[in-house]
Amino acid sequence: MDLSAFAAEVGDHGPVTVAGLGTRGGAVAGVRAVSPPSGIERIQPEEMTVSCAAGTPVDDLVAALAEHGQTVNLPAGGTVGGALSVGRSDYRLLGYGPLRDVLLQMHYVSASGEVVMAGGPTVKNVSGFDLCRLFVGARGTLGFLGSVILRTRPIPTHSAWFRIATADPRSLLAGLFRPISVLWDGEHADVLLEGHPADVAAQAAEFALAPCEQPMRLPTGRRWTASLAELVASPPDTRPFVALVGTGVVAGDGIGDGAAAPGMTGGPDAARHQALAAAVKHRFDPEHRLNPHRYSHGNGDSGSGART
Amino acid sequence: MTPELVERLVAAVGRDQVRLGPAELDLYRRDASNIVGAAGAVVFPGSTVEVQACVRACADHAHPFVARGSGTGLSGGATPLDGAVVIAMTKMNRLLSVDPVERRAWVQPGMLNLDLSRAVAHLGVHFAPDPSSQQSCSIGGNVANNAGGPHCLADGVTSAHVLAVEVVLPDGSLVQLGGEADEVDGYDLRGAFVGSEGMLGVATRVCVRLRQNPPAVRTLLMDFTSVHAGAETVSAIIAAGMVPAALEMMDRLCIEAVEAYVHAGLPTDAAAVLLVELTGLPAAVEADTAAVADIGRAHGARQVRVAADDAERALLWKGRKSAFGAIARIKPNYYLHDTVVPRSQLPSVLDTIYRIVDQHQLLVLNVFHAGEGNLHPLLVFDKREPGVMERVHAAGEEIVRVSVAAGGVLSGEHGIGLEKREFMPLMFGPADLAAQRELRRAFDPAELANPHKVLPSPATCGDIHAAPEGAWI
Repeated sequence: MDLSAFAAEVGDHGPVTVAGLGTRGGAVAGVRAVSPPSGIERIQPEEMTVSCAAGTPVDDLVAALAEHGQTVNLPAGGTVGGALSVGRSDYRLLGYGPLRDVLLQMHYVSASGEVVMAGGPTVKNVSGFDLCRLFVGARGTLGFLGSVILRTRPIPTHSAWFRIATADPRSLLAGLFRPISVLWDGEHADVLLEGHPADVAAQAAEFALAPCEQPMRLPTGRRWTASLAELVASPPDTRPFVALVGTGVVAGDGIGDGAAAPGMTGGPDAARHQALAAAVKHRFDPEHRLNPHRYSHGNGDSGSGART
Repeated sequence: MTPELVERLVAAVGRDQVRLGPAELDLYRRDASNIVGAAGAVVFPGSTVEVQACVRACADHAHPFVARGSGTGLSGGATPLDGAVVIAMTKMNRLLSVDPVERRAWVQPGMLNLDLSRAVAHLGVHFAPDPSSQQSCSIGGNVANNAGGPHCLADGVTSAHVLAVEVVLPDGSLVQLGGEADEVDGYDLRGAFVGSEGMLGVATRVCVRLRQNPPAVRTLLMDFTSVHAGAETVSAIIAAGMVPAALEMMDRLCIEAVEAYVHAGLPTDAAAVLLVELTGLPAAVEADTAAVADIGRAHGARQVRVAADDAERALLWKGRKSAFGAIARIKPNYYLHDTVVPRSQLPSVLDTIYRIVDQHQLLVLNVFHAGEGNLHPLLVFDKREPGVMERVHAAGEEIVRVSVAAGGVLSGEHGIGLEKREFMPLMFGPADLAAQRELRRAFDPAELANPHKVLPSPATCGDIHAAPEGAWI
């Protein structure tokens, strides 16, 4: 895919921000905005890969893959580049794994306006340093994604949500075999099971799960990490919260409370960790021209935990 | 090695944990590859604090160091160059904690891969990456190389199973990258560290994800009269929407060698056998077993053998896993390659590999992770034959070039190390390599952690010490 026009637009000096569909916070206000190209280049079901431009809407990609019996583990809405740059998995994190495992290869435009490639086109690859995972969740502060190759997966033959009232979802996690999702709000657990209909029915029956049309809403504000034991012993005061059971991630609506982005800055090594992230930023964008203000010691947005 | 640095190392770990004798240095000059370097000293730290002290000593003396696990790597990643200090992690081999509810464990990097899975087996879980060397390779080495194994098709390689790493950075300071949760905000420095071949620091604790053991397992063996038919069966299984836990292939010469060695009942007149393992819940496994068998028959499988019990399953896997022991029956030496090609290219790339090997008057056995297109051509030879090493290297280089040209990559699980460093430009342009070097320098501005690996030396820096001193054995 030719990214030369996009690279020229990004250029090599002055602040610049990347705009997608504005679904996850959008471009940085007051900064010259550029948009990556859009479009699906190649769907290869027998390789379980798809290549597309970063500006491709996720929903278009998912629809196109569905015609081949496949899907991709990206959260719905917005663009492919936006979903990867924000780097937050949706409710399927437990079963499908984190978003960072989806990106096999990327072409990005660097702070010096060059097109740079990292990763490889195959589902398995350990050639060179893993810049792809570094870029997932980097919020466009290390380079702007231009085109990507993603890992796809088959659409399951059967998929169903179930609900059960429970104040402790640990027995579900212990007993169910690889559920795709177990969401828990302190009172109910919503469980997504996929696979052979007979297996799904047997698992649901064994744990007395009732069918459920619509799962609980996953809050899109703050995210933090907590162990299940902690959460069960003292559920958060601020509701709603939804735990992605089995992943250590909790999602809430609370915004602007100044809490540090979870899991990254705690502990005695916080200062060294920040310095390391700053060194990475400096190496990739010495003038801090890419998505200014979105970078803060490797924690993305410099503000609170408020983002989607 | 200056006496001052030696004294610092002695102060760091104690005199009996610093080895300087020629016999011991000799043992640590190489890993399981054929590339030999030179170690300045070998140290055996017993704690994170001791690792920090060793690294700080090296940093203060601007002396290179190399962390080493079990030394089973095949690409020279743990080969010390320039008289580097080898930091052997073998004493730090404990399981630190297990969380049976959230299915994760903290381990020290020297712990052996199989020891970890054995230690948690009573909880009904395992560590998914299972390299063929799993009885002897360490978790730290798995992290350094982003190791794979036959069962990584469905679940992914090491990076997908590492949640956090405690790292001694090359200046001796300590950080934790990642967290216990599956996903944390911010730069994924954990992801950058996994697979960095010891060039970003030394892991001292690793938090790994443990996977539930599947309730049902089916293992099938199918044999074909052509390699093409076997490879096309692989593509058809994937295209049908199934992701087996493992999908392995062996070609004729390999089948013959293995059968003579372990007597697993493999059809020695077959051109290829496929070993397919399906895991999960019972109904899905039964349905997929039937579907895979149908696809195999449709592609000309002569026989579809479904392991009747655990004993037969173990026997089939023993055949696959003992391939490397079996080859000694053919020739005394082997060179194992590792490239990946798109699954659809397997038949044509295999054809080309046979042709290359013929041209160089060598023999090749193929035993590989077909489900991922991860080829492992094993060139077998007798090194006493004059000129044979030149032919082995020439054939190897052609195989790497053909794989990349087919839309593949340099390495699927062995890493780049020294072995494939000079091939990196086949995949990456100057700007791509420069970006990788920037990542390295962000972690290690002085470039003391395992120097000269992975990234080809810039032309401006023709440091002769960078060249390993030679000997392929």
